[in-house]
Amino acid sequence: MPFLPVVLYTDALIWLLLAAAGAYGWYCSRHEHLAAPWVRVFRNPAAVASAVVLAVYLLIALSDSLHYRPALDQKDTKAAAVYAVEVRSVLDVAASHLRGRAEKTYSAPLATRSFAKEQIERADGKVERDFPRLRFGGAHLKDEGDRAADITLKALFGLAAAAVAWGLIAFGVRPLRRRLPDVPWHAALAAAAAILALAGPALWLSASYHVLGTDKVGQDILYLALKSVRTSIVIGTITTLVLLPLGIALGVMAGYFKGWVDDTIQYLYTTLNSIPGVLLIAAAVLMVQVYIDTHPELFPTSAQRADLRLLLLCIILGLTSWTGLARLLRGESLKLSELEYIQAAHAFGVSNTRILARHILPNVAHIVIITLVLDFSGFVLAEAVLSYIGVGVDPSTNSFGTMINAARLEMAREPMVWWSLAAAFGFMLVLVLAANLLADAVRDGFDPRVRAAGPVKLAAQKT
Amino acid sequence: MTAYIIRRILYAIPILIGVNLLTFALFFVVNTPDDMARMQLGSKRVTPEAIEKWKIEYGYDRPLLWDSKAEGIAKATHTIFYEKSLKLFTFSFGASEADKRDIANEIKSRMWPSLALAIPVFLVGLAVNITFALFLAFFRATYLDYSGVVLCVVMMSISTLFYIIGGQYLVSKLLHLVPISGYDAGFDAAKFLVLPVVIGIISSFGSSARLYRTLFVEEMGKDYVRTARAKGLADTTVLFRHVLKNAMIPILTGVVVVIPLLFLGSLIAESFFGIPGLGSYTIDAIQAQDFAVVRSMVFLGSVLYIVGLVLTDISYTLVDPRVRFE
Repeated sequence: MPFLPVVLYTDALIWLLLAAAGAYGWYCSRHEHLAAPWVRVFRNPAAVASAVVLAVYLLIALSDSLHYRPALDQKDTKAAAVYAVEVRSVLDVAASHLRGRAEKTYSAPLATRSFAKEQIERADGKVERDFPRLRFGGAHLKDEGDRAADITLKALFGLAAAAVAWGLIAFGVRPLRRRLPDVPWHAALAAAAAILALAGPALWLSASYHVLGTDKVGQDILYLALKSVRTSIVIGTITTLVLLPLGIALGVMAGYFKGWVDDTIQYLYTTLNSIPGVLLIAAAVLMVQVYIDTHPELFPTSAQRADLRLLLLCIILGLTSWTGLARLLRGESLKLSELEYIQAAHAFGVSNTRILARHILPNVAHIVIITLVLDFSGFVLAEAVLSYIGVGVDPSTNSFGTMINAARLEMAREPMVWWSLAAAFGFMLVLVLAANLLADAVRDGFDPRVRAAGPVKLAAQKT
Repeated sequence: MTAYIIRRILYAIPILIGVNLLTFALFFVVNTPDDMARMQLGSKRVTPEAIEKWKIEYGYDRPLLWDSKAEGIAKATHTIFYEKSLKLFTFSFGASEADKRDIANEIKSRMWPSLALAIPVFLVGLAVNITFALFLAFFRATYLDYSGVVLCVVMMSISTLFYIIGGQYLVSKLLHLVPISGYDAGFDAAKFLVLPVVIGIISSFGSSARLYRTLFVEEMGKDYVRTARAKGLADTTVLFRHVLKNAMIPILTGVVVVIPLLFLGSLIAESFFGIPGLGSYTIDAIQAQDFAVVRSMVFLGSVLYIVGLVLTDISYTLVDPRVRFE
């Protein structure tokens, strides 16, 4: 085989989550009462546009979640294949032109010359200190004066390609538009247009330039930013996988059983809550770090070690942040368990587990979904802060936090190296903003209080 | 009332014990002192003697929970649990592992810079957020309100790190208005504090202002507001005399609990701006893997949070006459 598939823990979990989300979506689509709130959500233009943006991020993350180890070239073709230690992903293949073309050090976006001066030997033998030409960025240009024209031309080509792609998409969704006329497709297409208008020229230019510049060791910033997307998505989603079972089980049980169960669970979450979050996470991560460092024999490749650390970070984040959801669910199920239909179920002799599963859980599901979407952006932002403190992901993992942390040290340079900061913050802002807008729409769609108070709003939206 | 307060304080004791046990488990059971010694000493090829020496030096050479070799009461006190965990209850934190300085002394001296940054951020921030939220709520369901909410959502989507780095770049590096980082004693500190205070306010603005606006708008939908309007009270009177007062109750619960935590300062702002407060102390300890300091700060933070919880309960009974002491 030319490659050996590698399934990292987080890969497996992210695909599992996707499958679960797919199953949930399929189940919802077959039950009108479950689909109704989602229909409300997707009548909101902002939500639809955000969903498109999130889908693009998710696509990048998923393509970066299929890992393999390429086979090494061997002279003896009959011998068993030997695989490289380096783990790559499908995204790496798609962006191989970005990954392979490393410069020596910093270079500004779309630059043809390095950011730092070097000794250069001229043709006539004289040695000068000047900014050297980049090895790859703009290397095809014979005359550097053509740079502006070349960039404009390539950007226009990229835009044209993007326009064609957009046209195809707009044509492709026409049957969907007819089937789902309530969804504001213009918002989706506008979001797609915005993404394509940025991505088209960027990709076209990336073939011959470093669109977002390069970092200290000459890696392409665009590539680093694309790789960081996966880390953000993993942290935002897998953490909820840890948080949900704990929060749901403990919260619902506390509210439903009351008495000593309630006391114990309340005690548990007050105790956990009383430790300042960052400190608890820091302490836990420090301990995990000691464990990983003292047991190097457990990890065959550095990618696997970094991956385990990422997973453990998610678990720690999840273990320290289920308390909010548990408290909300406790209050809600406390209220529900006093209602007549639950009393009636009791009177009929329905068992506790059945009441919990059939009557309580479905009626608190909206809280779970709202929390899930609301927490996502919080985790993405938390990752950057934690990586800055030094208790985030492994330093070898690409993430927005590590990018910011590395770039921060160059603040004092004159002129400032701004591009890697800008790229990290820009990518992060778009992701978090989209998640927040979607979360708002989800809350409006699912929260029964909003529905009760908002017939005016719904009517206004229709006109 | 007194009985209620005493009961609340008594309720805090088991929580503190829980925190203590949890930190003990986290710091000593997950990894043995041997692992920590190896980590601190650095290289993989440390000799057993070096580990023993390190453990004796920092007091990790004792049994974890029970010393069967010792005499009498020392069976329980000559242990890591007693020395490193139980002693936290008396606020004797011991010495830092990195520079061997007394942690309690450090906390006492570093508390003031932290407070000098945290209190203005807290007070001015609260005032700004509530004012803005009231303003939006007053103009609810107009384009003004809508764009205000959009502004809040955008601002809460931006990483705190961006505000800090961007602020430092713009104000200190380009405009040269204030020094980039540092600290000075007395009133000279003001010029170092202006920028972190403003950035602190900005970075919490989005989420808080939006939350408060939601609370105000929710309150405005209630029946008593309609009654007040129906009997002819002006919109502003209703807003300031009725809505503001009632919406302050949920705001208060969220706010009072963080007051004691102001002592701990702000982790990130302090380390970016070079303010020698407890926040930067904690970060330095985390980065140097100084477990003694991290442990002390975890415990101190929990104590302050629990004080905050008790204060919240008390303030609740003061402002909301409906709450009974049961």
